[in-house]
Amino acid sequence: MAVFKNFKEVNMDVLKEIGNIGAGNAATALSCLLNKPIDMAVPKVQILRFEDVAEVVGGAERVVVAIFLRVEGDAPGNLFFILSVESAKSLLKRLAGLNISQNEFFNEMELSALNEIGNILSGSYLSSLADFTKLSMYPTVPSLAIDMAGAILSYGLLQYGDMGDDALLIDTMFLEGDQEVDGQFFLIPDPDSFSKLFKSLGVPLEND
Amino acid sequence: MIDQNIVKVSMADLNVIQRSGLIRTSGLGSCVGLTMYDPVLHQAGMVHVMLPSSTIVRGGEMNIAKYADTALPELLKRLLELGSSKSNLVAKMAGGSQMFAFGGNNDTMRIGPRNTESCKVTLKNLGIPLIAEDTGGNFGRTIELDCSTGILYIRSVQMGAKEL
Repeated sequence: MAVFKNFKEVNMDVLKEIGNIGAGNAATALSCLLNKPIDMAVPKVQILRFEDVAEVVGGAERVVVAIFLRVEGDAPGNLFFILSVESAKSLLKRLAGLNISQNEFFNEMELSALNEIGNILSGSYLSSLADFTKLSMYPTVPSLAIDMAGAILSYGLLQYGDMGDDALLIDTMFLEGDQEVDGQFFLIPDPDSFSKLFKSLGVPLEND
Repeated sequence: MIDQNIVKVSMADLNVIQRSGLIRTSGLGSCVGLTMYDPVLHQAGMVHVMLPSSTIVRGGEMNIAKYADTALPELLKRLLELGSSKSNLVAKMAGGSQMFAFGGNNDTMRIGPRNTESCKVTLKNLGIPLIAEDTGGNFGRTIELDCSTGILYIRSVQMGAKEL
């Protein structure tokens, strides 16, 4: 599709670095909150067919906890922080000291705490990115959903819908040492944001 | 159930099924899953519509299964090619929810209801009756149509299972 056609390896590397910096800061924030080291995987930049997007979170029907916020400003996009239900429970137990029920449902207090955790982590992801790129990027109020991964992520692809059948995801995974908490960040820049991001980081696309 | 034929329809995709088995699409959020069913020949088609209208397409090749206004006529065409007569066909649909409820880009926020609306208008223009729907809300759905009975099974995390 047109918007990805001129991407070179260096552009992909820049996007990886964006994931690295954003998720790195979020992982540091989580590490401070938990007072435990948090490991991070090397970020992946993937150009995926719509139909394959849900596979990166384990299938369209897998139930996940997702905090979503829309990025506004110079380089708009969508940011998702996605946790498994077990990870979310484990996070609540450690972080908020809540006595967590074992079923798959969350009560209002737990939802509120999750929303706040998502808010802190996404906020630190985004603010580090804004510092790094010198672009204005600010978040909307985050929104939380516990639902099928396909239904959630597809929402982040709509901006790509009118130009092709692929979307670009910057995907970073992090893990707590004993692996009780794992989560994934997805940054999905709007198609029009790439040229701004590349320009700000000194690797403009050829036709720009 | 084990040997049952299951046809999958992915996002921005359409397909048909004949005689027996299930046709399924998973994880509908703001997208709409629409089925057309022929109870005489026991054949059915399903689309997983992502956007309401193809008029916004900016150049390049167009995937007609992605837009309500192009996917539904194509589905009808496929069923007619398989021998269905238009007067026998009935439609059901599900999806079109608003997964996240807050401000921002209003057009995008309302994409679920707009998809639903566009499907209805297109069906009306095609002259196919919509006999059942489960749309709206703020949750995801997986749908399956049983091609031998025409029953549409809907599963969701928050609202459980239902049949249309």
